[in-house]
Amino acid sequence: MSPTRRDFIKATTSTAAVLAVGPNLDIALAAAPQTLPAPAADAAVIDLANEALNAARGAGASYADVRIGRYRRQSVATRERQVSGVTDSESYGLGVRTLVNGCWGFAATSVMTRAGAQAAALEAIVMSRAARAVQARKVELAPVKPVTGTWITPVVRDPIEVPIEDKIALLLAANEAALKVKDVRFVNSSIAALREVKTLVTSEGTNVTQTMIRVGPDFAATAIGTGDFQSFEEELAPRGSGWEYVESLNMPGNAERWASLAAEKLTAQSVQAGQYDLILEPTNLWLTIHESIGHPTELDRAIGEEANYAGTSFVAPPEKVIGQLQYGPPIMNIQADRTQDGSLSRVAWDDEGVPADQWLIVEKGMFKDYQTTREQVARIQKLTGVTRSHGCSYAESWNAVQFQRMPNISLLPGDKDLGVNDIVAATERGILIRHTGSWSIDHQRYNFQFSGQAFFEVRNGKIVGMLRDVAYQANTPVFWRSMDMIGGKSSYWLGGAFNDGKGEPSQSNSVSHGCVPARFKNVTILNTARSS
Amino acid sequence: MAQAARPSIASSQLLTREQAKALADRVLAMSTAEQTRVAIASTWSGNTRFADASITTSGGVTNTSLTVTVAIGKRQASSTTNVLDDAALKRTVDLAIQLARLSPEDPELLPELGPQTYQTVNAFVEATADLDPEARASAVRRTVAAATAAGKPAGQIFTAGYLEANARAVAVATSNGLFAYHRSTDADYSVTARTPDGTGSGWAHSGARDWNAIDAAAVGRIAAQKAVASRNPQTIDPGLYTAVLEPQAVNDLIPLLGNALAARNADEGRSPFSKAGGGNRIGEKVADERVTLYSDPMDRGLLGLPFDNQGLPIGRTVWIEKGILKNLAYTRFWAQKQGKVPTGNALAGGLALTGGTKSTEEIIAGCTRGILVTHFFYIRALDPRTVLQTGLTRDGAFLIENGKITRALKNFRWNESPLLMLNRLEDIGRAEPVEAGRLMPALRVRDFNFTSLSDAV
Repeated sequence: MSPTRRDFIKATTSTAAVLAVGPNLDIALAAAPQTLPAPAADAAVIDLANEALNAARGAGASYADVRIGRYRRQSVATRERQVSGVTDSESYGLGVRTLVNGCWGFAATSVMTRAGAQAAALEAIVMSRAARAVQARKVELAPVKPVTGTWITPVVRDPIEVPIEDKIALLLAANEAALKVKDVRFVNSSIAALREVKTLVTSEGTNVTQTMIRVGPDFAATAIGTGDFQSFEEELAPRGSGWEYVESLNMPGNAERWASLAAEKLTAQSVQAGQYDLILEPTNLWLTIHESIGHPTELDRAIGEEANYAGTSFVAPPEKVIGQLQYGPPIMNIQADRTQDGSLSRVAWDDEGVPADQWLIVEKGMFKDYQTTREQVARIQKLTGVTRSHGCSYAESWNAVQFQRMPNISLLPGDKDLGVNDIVAATERGILIRHTGSWSIDHQRYNFQFSGQAFFEVRNGKIVGMLRDVAYQANTPVFWRSMDMIGGKSSYWLGGAFNDGKGEPSQSNSVSHGCVPARFKNVTILNTARSS
Repeated sequence: MAQAARPSIASSQLLTREQAKALADRVLAMSTAEQTRVAIASTWSGNTRFADASITTSGGVTNTSLTVTVAIGKRQASSTTNVLDDAALKRTVDLAIQLARLSPEDPELLPELGPQTYQTVNAFVEATADLDPEARASAVRRTVAAATAAGKPAGQIFTAGYLEANARAVAVATSNGLFAYHRSTDADYSVTARTPDGTGSGWAHSGARDWNAIDAAAVGRIAAQKAVASRNPQTIDPGLYTAVLEPQAVNDLIPLLGNALAARNADEGRSPFSKAGGGNRIGEKVADERVTLYSDPMDRGLLGLPFDNQGLPIGRTVWIEKGILKNLAYTRFWAQKQGKVPTGNALAGGLALTGGTKSTEEIIAGCTRGILVTHFFYIRALDPRTVLQTGLTRDGAFLIENGKITRALKNFRWNESPLLMLNRLEDIGRAEPVEAGRLMPALRVRDFNFTSLSDAV
């Protein structure tokens, strides 16, 4: 069994007591708060995994992996001065993936007995065999060194363990502050927390148990005017972090300022459609990176495996774009990274037991590499020279099959340490957009239209007023090639989403995107108001 | 059709009415709360996915999850688990009670419902619940063969698709004596075909409660025919055009009215159905006089859920009748406050848009100049005041001239409202099954707002 939180507090307290004889202890503790230790798998979990693995091998699998997951999700939602929902859910089960004659099969069950594990393994084998009826290509897996170990998201305080009354108090305090603003009549706030304990055992000898902790706060205020209403949603990034992150946002202290933007929007001027220089704050740009760089550089899309759902990609075919497609200007460097601190897709190993990786997708504006899993490596190995999987395999739950999902993908800061104010100061006629609003992009990731939460008109290097009904619409390569200014290190910010959908049946992925503010020249701005 | 000799795969794994009742009673007996509600979902799902003439993944999942909602005074909370041994169930009940005690009072909370009478909806089809991996693989083979043949004029056609069969049993029970149980199935099959030159893409879809209503070869053939016809698309300037929306495209838009149909949103000034100065627009004309929009679980074309997640019976709710807004969705609380009859989550009873008798072909034939849309993609809300959305056309946009399809067009981005659009109808077709629980017609809409071009194929 894993140590409970209370055991952990006891342990650290006694350690502190022993160490208290030392001279600089208080300073040392304050500088580096202790993070939680990584729990190991229960013996019963390993037993069930081995049962399924043996059944799969016995029935003819050349490869098999078993994932056992226990997911705990909690959400607390409030509106105005009341709680609108408190939910807590637990989901526990086992999924087996088998390879027979180069065909995949997958089955999952919540019947967590030896018989249940065996039955799932045999059902997966039936699917592997049935798939031979339609098979033009055999699956080949890139090699990976078997690994054993445990890992946990570095957190000081597990948000699931924070008393529910503390969460409610924090949200209601934020709502109360927001309701002080004139015309603000509705406020919604919430906190979602997830703890995922996942054990992966493979027929190649990998046996790892990881605990992933994620937290996602939300805040939105709506102001009602005369025959009109406007909302403002603060961009509170979900993170792979503990409760300490939620506290750092100071929602009660900031809510009044956030809500006042909803009221301000009621009197903002409707935008004049046309071409403008566009300044995107990181709280808006992260989503544009997600949609226009993250998705098109997924290798499964490029080779057509998502054609029936999420779509294909303009970054294709691989032999014509790797090292040849100029995505953007030389100041553009895009990095994929599953090791980034606080990010949503951070792990030690992916769902195939591949160690977390960091690599460049775009280097100095040139497209360099895709996101890959083990079975995809052979497709582009000769073009990239990369013989390992980049570790992008992920399944949302025990009941879903793992496949290629997006890692954290970020725009690296520029050499000069500029901030958004420097970019505004250098802009003659532009629009600055803060936070994410509506977003939509086509199935090859060319034509997109994004909105935001707050829009400001920039004239001669200054913000001169607020706008509304703004959306920017562009073609991906044209847009990125028009980027002519980016912020430096100190303006970097990590955004992200809990709910990126892909695959059939659709699965949700949590992913972060870091970026700096950036300016794009001559972008089409639409007015989205329509009345008939 | 012959009866299956043995129980289908799914029906042997789903909870029966008696098993669901026994499980619910066990949980209700564990609860010390003043009010308790148990919701159970017992599910089976089998799926097969393919691309480029290979099955890429297939899966089978069985699961039973149970949600306990408890109330202590005006404090309520819920907890969910799929671990069904006594210890885990007790832990789940206790956690819900603990969470409820910690929650502030909810002034809007109503007592759980007592026994109700439900209509029997026969939405469970054994043929769907028995769609095993071999049968799915065989359907995929028929699809790929039909698509390959129909795609010949373009060369070696690329196909990708997804077939899924679901069976579920849902139950709701309360400490006030309510018990509701319902079983349903659905099958869903979609196929995308792409031409080898990369300039053509087509899509077809079929969905029903009964797998036998889905023609796997036809889905492949239609997708391939669309792909062949959509090659070498030409550019026309974006702007306001008459649009002929196939029933699948209409099904992408009309359900987006759901949120706007909530009475509370309308009464509180947050919906296009809000009346300036307060109240809602029930009784006012909100759409073309040919339009009727309704939900009805008993409708043979819908076969929706006969109760919502609180166990409230769902009956027929007519939202819009001949263009007049007739009803909005009232939760139990909001109905009581406004002196109305609660509809509960009536949209779970399915959704049908009716008003015409013509086929899609006849709607096209009546069009002098317009754009035919196969379906839409990546639709996102822009403005809740008008339900304005943005999105793209996908897998086949065609120019219609003098009642005939004359050329393939590049895809468009559009900004349009499904509500405002219903006021600009030139014609409405007959409602056709587009997926389990949905009946939608083809529509011919004047001045559909195509705003920019997309290079995507």
